[in-house]
Amino acid sequence: MAKPASNLDKGIENVTSWVNERTSIGDFWKKHLSEYYAPKNFNLWYFFGSLSLLVLVNQILTGIFLTMHYKPDAELAFASVEYIMRDVQWGWLIRYMHTTGASLFFAVVYLHMLRALLYGSYQKPRELVWILGVTIYLVLMAEAFMGYVLPWGQMSYWGAQVIISLFGAVPYIGDGLVEWIRGDFLVADATLTRFFALHVIALPLVLLGLVVLHLAALHEVGSNNPDGVEIKQNKDEQGRPRDGIPFHPYYTVKDIFGAGIFLLIAAFIIFFWPEGGGYFIEKDNFVAADPLVTPEHIIPVWYFTPFYAILQAVPDKLMGVLLMGAAVLILYIVPWLDRSPVRSIRYRGWMSKVMLALFCIAFLRLGMLGVSSDSSEIELRLWTFVYFAFFILMPIWTRIEKTKPVPERVTH
Amino acid sequence: MSETETMDSLQPPEDPSRRRLLTAATGVVGGAGVAAAAWPFLSSLRPSAKAKIVGAPVEVFIGNLEPGQMQRVQWRGSTIGIMRRTDSMLAQLPDLEGRLRDPNSQTDQQPEYAANAHRSLRPEILVLNIHCTHLGCIPQVLPEIQAQPFDPDWRGGFFCPCHRSRFDLAGRVYSGVPAALNLLVPPYSFPDDEHVTIGVDPEGAA
Repeated sequence: MAKPASNLDKGIENVTSWVNERTSIGDFWKKHLSEYYAPKNFNLWYFFGSLSLLVLVNQILTGIFLTMHYKPDAELAFASVEYIMRDVQWGWLIRYMHTTGASLFFAVVYLHMLRALLYGSYQKPRELVWILGVTIYLVLMAEAFMGYVLPWGQMSYWGAQVIISLFGAVPYIGDGLVEWIRGDFLVADATLTRFFALHVIALPLVLLGLVVLHLAALHEVGSNNPDGVEIKQNKDEQGRPRDGIPFHPYYTVKDIFGAGIFLLIAAFIIFFWPEGGGYFIEKDNFVAADPLVTPEHIIPVWYFTPFYAILQAVPDKLMGVLLMGAAVLILYIVPWLDRSPVRSIRYRGWMSKVMLALFCIAFLRLGMLGVSSDSSEIELRLWTFVYFAFFILMPIWTRIEKTKPVPERVTH
Repeated sequence: MSETETMDSLQPPEDPSRRRLLTAATGVVGGAGVAAAAWPFLSSLRPSAKAKIVGAPVEVFIGNLEPGQMQRVQWRGSTIGIMRRTDSMLAQLPDLEGRLRDPNSQTDQQPEYAANAHRSLRPEILVLNIHCTHLGCIPQVLPEIQAQPFDPDWRGGFFCPCHRSRFDLAGRVYSGVPAALNLLVPPYSFPDDEHVTIGVDPEGAA
């Protein structure tokens, strides 16, 4: 009775060893999955890394299929998107998976980044993991912006106009730079076709490369955890961390469960709320691009609005652009701004908690102010100030506050 | 060649400066080659010959433009507003100076022949690139003197709905708004009394 099964087992074993003798795939599997020891105390916050990967796969797959029907031509683009929505079999689903995916990508990435801030996951020795992550975030912003231009609706067109003209603030070469980016004296077909090329091939390649590096850097130093305890400092006789468990099967199973819940939420949005009330796809983008008519309010998609609010807070173009750029780039130096001897918020003092809470409120409030066209200048400046104060004052409050003792082993 | 002989070339050279020179020379020549090879690709992103032809000057008939009326034309993809200002509009301009960032057109936002109190060749004819100098939106034209939600003492001008930048009827920017520069005056000239050519300077002006 056991004979057929054992024959099959033997067959699989033969193929596996044949492949293993010719590649290092077995070592790869061990290093990154079956013998990658992750701390056993991961909580809810640790879902968002694998969920980002899931959304990335979704964007690539749905994107490939959209490319088969979309036409990157200023005359045809808008109609081809409507064609996908109305005439292509299931085209509406594939497009909504892609547009909703873009918003969900930022949602999970923001939560993933907040997790790092909560538990000090950027601290030594994980600075490079954080730097690669911030770079992924930057490339993702470019990728999302260019993708939003492709349907060539009113908001695509005027959003591109506004964002590209930000480069005009560069002294001396600004005008030439803007002309070079647009490839014309105005946002035109030349702009659309180059954004298409960047969106579907150049930036995705960069993004994938960065994701590989992000994971490689993480697996070299090992994952942090909610306690901020270094699990590699306490190993058993075989050299395995006592507080670690193999990523596969323990965390693969956990992450699949998380993916299930996430897909339920995603499916609900895709089927019942695909435009996200005008925040995922703005209402003006259902009107074809018209260079002669500016929409009354030009507002970026929700995930950019905090930075857009910072831009508006300054009554000077160059300073506004510089401050907006600084708001993103300042993330790079967070590992060196944080002088706290402990990683996790669990063992930090009240100042860390208050500052992080204020920062989150500032980010959310700036996001709300960024979508409104008549937000008060005082409030814009107040929250911009709080946003930057979080980073600039970080070396001070992280050093002076009283921290609690960190346990030897992880807790639950 | 035996294996030891091959490996010998990996040993530190007797005269390291020779090798340094060779490495540096290879680096410089290679770098120049990469830069030269990159040029066609970067240059291909600039406006094409076709785009440049589309950017040629345009001639506009303004014989039927009423006082206070604004006409819009396209030039190089920008919207150019041509307005025949009334005497009362022109009379308002000096009064506003205290509320403007650059009332005397100090910044280089106009050809020299338009760097005057009314920012135009002929006082009454205003020719402006009406894209907001903040981020390129097209402001609303609100020429009447009446209180506005954004300014109870509005003397007529342009109001950008994108980020609330304000300009007067000479395209001069107000203080304390996101736009920092006056609206751009394109090069233009009058071939005769009833036409204006956008994109060509008047004869004699550079």
